Amino acid sequence: MAPVLEVSGLSTVFHTRAGIVRAVQDVSFSVEAGETLAIVGESGCGKTMTALSLMRLIPSPPGEITAGSVKVAGTDLLKLDEPGMRKMRGSQIAMIFQEPMTALNPLLTVGRQIAEMVSLHENVSRRAANARAVEMLHHVRIPAPERRAREYPHQMSGGMRQRAMIAMALACRPKVLIADEPTTALDVTIQAQVLDLIGDLRKELGTAVVLITHDLGVVAETADRMIVMYAGRKVEEGTTKDLFADPSHPYLQGLLASIPKFGAGEGTRLREIPGIVPALNNLPKGCAFAPRCSAAVAKCQEAIPPLETKRPGHAAACWVT
Amino acid sequence: MSDALYYARRYPLGVIGALILIIFVLTAIFAGVVAPMDPLTTNARASLAPPSHTYWIGADMMGRDMLSRMIHGARISLAVALGATCIGSGLGAMLGLASGYLGGWFDLIVQRIAEIMQSLPLLVMALVITASLGPSLTNTIIAIAIPLIPNVARVIRANVLSLRELNYVEAARAIGMGRARIALVHVFPNTLAPLIVLATAQLGSTILTEASLSFLGLGVPEPYPSWGRMLSESAAEYIRSAPWLVIFPGLAISLVVFGANLFGDALRDILDPRQGD
Repeated sequence: MAPVLEVSGLSTVFHTRAGIVRAVQDVSFSVEAGETLAIVGESGCGKTMTALSLMRLIPSPPGEITAGSVKVAGTDLLKLDEPGMRKMRGSQIAMIFQEPMTALNPLLTVGRQIAEMVSLHENVSRRAANARAVEMLHHVRIPAPERRAREYPHQMSGGMRQRAMIAMALACRPKVLIADEPTTALDVTIQAQVLDLIGDLRKELGTAVVLITHDLGVVAETADRMIVMYAGRKVEEGTTKDLFADPSHPYLQGLLASIPKFGAGEGTRLREIPGIVPALNNLPKGCAFAPRCSAAVAKCQEAIPPLETKRPGHAAACWVT
Repeated sequence: MSDALYYARRYPLGVIGALILIIFVLTAIFAGVVAPMDPLTTNARASLAPPSHTYWIGADMMGRDMLSRMIHGARISLAVALGATCIGSGLGAMLGLASGYLGGWFDLIVQRIAEIMQSLPLLVMALVITASLGPSLTNTIIAIAIPLIPNVARVIRANVLSLRELNYVEAARAIGMGRARIALVHVFPNTLAPLIVLATAQLGSTILTEASLSFLGLGVPEPYPSWGRMLSESAAEYIRSAPWLVIFPGLAISLVVFGANLFGDALRDILDPRQGD
């Protein structure tokens, strides 16, 4: 099966007064229809910037996508002009954001906002667009969708708003859905519901999902494959199962070890990765993780490790492992 | 409805302001019905007649009934106040929206022009404009509207600058909405609350400016009865001999401006809770 989303060599920089910030460097991945790919990493490792680059929503200036290609069903988004890109957004590639509380306009009814999206991309009557809005709300399992469509965002709970956002994002059946931390702002029970919902819709509609998160629990639950990012680079890639069972990169090893375990005994210190993510305008010469890495050798300070296949379907960028 | 009652109880002064404005607007609309006499008919025998049961608040030098002239004068004041506020706020809002949303050199130029305009007092600028356009009702409205534009444009621009960073504006871009549509659908409606407050707050000052312009002889020309001119015509000559010619137009102006300000203040508190108690 040909991948729906093919990203290769994507690089995004920000020109700032403090120098050039390399937010995304040479990131490549692909997602098939109906597949979920998770992008994981700490705050500031370039996950959201990768997502915004895919949508071409990087604020420019100061941001600039310097290299690479983003192909959705064969069309390279980075080669499109702005009107062409506008047609793709929403209809081919859609995004849901972290904050459901502020991602809807408080002055418009939820139904109107979804209908607005539909009429933007499809030549349908106002009435048909409204009917689609109700249908989508029903689809994301919002009870009494006819009534809810006429309500304003403040009349809904956070979980319901996030579902409304998902309804909006999927209203035009995009081939790719980018979910940027879709559950971070929600409490745990609602998180599970929203993740289940995204999973079900993905199967129903055959949407390729790019799930951006720092929550490894969420990844284990929902993703087929995952990539790990560190300081703007992809450092590890593989199936979720494989990566959780046997991580190759010390960074992912560290992340997995940091998950608190049940039954570890009271008073045991939580594990952590020492240090912080380096500033993206001042990266070390070698491996960006080397200063925090317990397994680092001299070579790690010297050269950036290439991404190599460690096992079939499992690649990591590390000199040591 | 219950909302209205709740706010009415919380802002009693606002209610008084609203009542004054309502009475003022109704008087203006039904001036023809309410006024006991024709405001333009002269009567030499009644020249400078003191208040009596025929002329409730007296008559002017030409024997025209003051009450009727005051009632018809409300029309002029209302027309000028509403006209100038609508034109000024409308243009100002459009400029502010474009300036804040587009940014760049357009924003830079608009803001510098606004600063230049704001460095002149409202009345002085209105004076210069009427002096060059010539006195008429329309010109008075234009002259008062233009100085309002920069104030409104700056407030709306500041508002737009914060609105355009909001998530739903970003989300609208992510679903493929164009810039113009985002500005109209998502940004502009959210600036309406400050716009309404600002417009109401300026209602009072437009009435005052009209009165001042007319007082200086540059406002609404004869034979329209304007409160400001009624005041100016009589102030110097008749303040001693026929004080009712001065007192009542003055009272009317003060009362309406007072009402507009009370209402504007209450509206600001209601629509913008950050500035409230």
